[in-house]
Amino acid sequence: MTAADRRDESVQYATFEVGGHYLGIPVLQVQEVLREQYLTPVPLAPRVISGLINLRGQIVPALEMRTLLQLPERAEPEGTLSVVLRTEVGLVSLQVDEIGDVLEIEGAAVEASPANLEPHIRRLLSGVCRIGSRLLLVLDIHNAVDLTAAYGLSGSELN
Amino acid sequence: MESQEIVTEFLLESSENLAKLDQDMVELERQPANRDLLASVFRTIHTIKGTCGFLGFDRLSALTHVMEDILAQLRDGRRMLDADLTTMLLESVDGTRRMLASIEAGQGEGPVFEHALIARLEMVRDGKTAIAPVARGSAAIADAGPPPEAGPAQASAPATGRTGATADSTLRVDIGLLDRLMNLVGELVLTRNQLVQHNAGREDSALNAISQRLNLITSELQEAVMKTRMQPIGVVWNKLPRLVRDLATTLKKQIAIETDGAETELDRTIIEAIKDPLTHIVRNSCDHGIEGPADRVAQGKTGQGHLTLRAWHQGGQVNIEIADDGAGIDPARVKAKALERRLITEEQAARMSPREAVNLVFLPGFSTAQAVTSISGRGVGMDVVRTHIERIGGTVDLASQPGHGTTVRVRIPLTLAIIPGLVVQAGGERFVIPQVNLHELIQTAEGGTEIEFAHSAAVLRRRNALLPLADLCEVLGLAPARRPGEASVVVLQADQHCFGLIVDSICDSEEIVVKPLGNQLKPLNCYAGATIMGDGRIALILDVAGLAQRTRMMDAAARAVRAAGSAAVDTADARRGLLLLFQAGSERLAVPLGRVARLEKIAASAVEHACGRPVAQYRNRILPLLELPQADTGGREEDVLSVVVFRSAAGEFGLIVDEITDIVNESVVDAVGSDRFGLLGSAIIGGRVTDVVDVDSLAETAAWASSGALARLGEALSASGETARCEVLQ
Repeated sequence: MTAADRRDESVQYATFEVGGHYLGIPVLQVQEVLREQYLTPVPLAPRVISGLINLRGQIVPALEMRTLLQLPERAEPEGTLSVVLRTEVGLVSLQVDEIGDVLEIEGAAVEASPANLEPHIRRLLSGVCRIGSRLLLVLDIHNAVDLTAAYGLSGSELN
Repeated sequence: MESQEIVTEFLLESSENLAKLDQDMVELERQPANRDLLASVFRTIHTIKGTCGFLGFDRLSALTHVMEDILAQLRDGRRMLDADLTTMLLESVDGTRRMLASIEAGQGEGPVFEHALIARLEMVRDGKTAIAPVARGSAAIADAGPPPEAGPAQASAPATGRTGATADSTLRVDIGLLDRLMNLVGELVLTRNQLVQHNAGREDSALNAISQRLNLITSELQEAVMKTRMQPIGVVWNKLPRLVRDLATTLKKQIAIETDGAETELDRTIIEAIKDPLTHIVRNSCDHGIEGPADRVAQGKTGQGHLTLRAWHQGGQVNIEIADDGAGIDPARVKAKALERRLITEEQAARMSPREAVNLVFLPGFSTAQAVTSISGRGVGMDVVRTHIERIGGTVDLASQPGHGTTVRVRIPLTLAIIPGLVVQAGGERFVIPQVNLHELIQTAEGGTEIEFAHSAAVLRRRNALLPLADLCEVLGLAPARRPGEASVVVLQADQHCFGLIVDSICDSEEIVVKPLGNQLKPLNCYAGATIMGDGRIALILDVAGLAQRTRMMDAAARAVRAAGSAAVDTADARRGLLLLFQAGSERLAVPLGRVARLEKIAASAVEHACGRPVAQYRNRILPLLELPQADTGGREEDVLSVVVFRSAAGEFGLIVDEITDIVNESVVDAVGSDRFGLLGSAIIGGRVTDVVDVDSLAETAAWASSGALARLGEALSASGETARCEVLQ
């Protein structure tokens, strides 16, 4: 898909809140949203993996969005929502605070992430978009679920 | 008519062929010059014609005969295939199909004979009709005459439900779908378990009845779905006769292969996994086992060697036996080789039974072949076979009678999807250990005799050897949830190495459904997968080999521990970089294992004093004993002292310690110097601050006296004819 194509198309985004930030994911990649799933911890895994979810017998790793976005940890873990995504590495769940509406956004409305964004956060976003008075951060799912860096960074911690 | 079986076979075969014919014809129309396609179509029709002639289906034979004639014309280039002719031929294929359906329904070739069709075909064949009108004509005839489809269609309609089975009785199904089905059934089994568990304490009889029924149906469904994934082992064996034939030719040997139990069924994932190991074993038998014809005859055997493959079910497992009547394996030669390669010690070799000895061929780095041949002996040997088989939860064992042959027996589970495992608890979480890695279970308790228990347990004295221990909580960074001093040790085996895993408690062994962990957890080599327990929660399955690697219990370390525990430490190589950790008072201490001569246990009562210093007698020599001054020894009450014996230029000396905790292969992180006696300084080893012992300064303290004094003493005592050192001591 070229940039021009993307500009013409409008995409539906599922939106959610994480630590005061407003995030969006193309709705077609969302399989389902689950409430308060029990997370089985995975010792030695990178911190961003907050556990495993039993999704009708399928084992789905859950990534804590707050950790991923380097935000302060959740005060009370209750009420966390799991957004299960279909990704190229299989099903992955993102742990978020609150789920919002599905918005239809024209490709042209999505602007490039600001240049002064920290590089590791910038990497996670495919763009930003003004929605009323707020800014929607459009998540780059490919990069968000890629944990190579997480393993690399925490390599010494793992031992 | 011939026996029903032949007819059934014919019908099945024909219906498959016809399906292919449809495709081929369409393809042929697109590339009429493709001779291979044409030949294939011709062959198919020819086969049907031949068989139905033989079975007495004359009318079907007549139809296919005309088709064959036309195809022959095409083949010989006397006619070109065009769209109309293709339609014509496809119509004939349909006619053939209708007749076959009628035969299958038990109504002979059908009440309506496809006269019109055959007549038209004959006209086309004889060139009496232009092809274009024929196509139109065909429509006309179909309209005018009794509709050819009507009869058979009506006749076969009721039949389809009944016996349409033959053609449709087998179905190719996508493997992915079967896997998905298996997953879902596994899921259903778990849900069933939960429901049954939930119901156990209730008095709702209606609900109980329903759950009972669900229970039964689930079990049956599970069994049926498992069956869909089963394949006979013959799938793998079928390729072996050709392999053996080729090998025999290359090696100039005569080898006959026999199989028994080729119908024994296994899960397809297992079939896939045993393909290579089996081939390797067979190659080995042909290459190393069976002798050349001349040798065999010289030994009074037949010139032709025999290779026998047997497979059978036994107690939920499959046994596969590969037996040859070749030269067998000489236990003495195997032992010698293993010794030469330093895979075993002299002592171990002496204790080994012949059967144990021949099984040494499974050790990594072992190959008895004198020369590398093109067939086997390229470094990948029986150890790879064993690794592969163990990976799928199987075992492999070898029995050999020198001069009479070798039998390799492989035992493998029927399926990988459900394996027996031991559920253990550590740090409040449940983990599953595959049964196949399990060696034994040891319950420890306060005052347990053989267990040396520092606050984080490290070694277990078990049958005269030190078994290195790893604490699962520590390895995984969990907080132990057990009372101090009370823990369970699970003795595990990974590859060649045994080690003990300390867990909080051992729950139960049960059959678990193995689920893969996603890519995102692949870098963690300590988990083999996950499973869902009866309560719906997830439990991680431990990968014992990965865990061993993580705890650095493998290879050099494990060998060094064993050597240190048994007696003399032999090779310095194996110990390079290894540190012996021990506890003296409240201090955690470390010393390079290379400086350690051995570990000793000395009875407290055996400690004597010489020149006011503690000593012990050891092999008619005096062993000076030291203690680190800062170690708090007031409270030591044990009857047996742990002593680390060092060798220095001035002789051996022992250091009394409280506990030997571990032998680790750690790199030293951030060291600080110290001027305290006997210590070089402190370093972070294994994540904890540890003092490093200064062996040289201890050695100086331990030295009895200056060499001059010793010489004079020797002179003074030499008159008595005894050696100086012994005299001094007595």
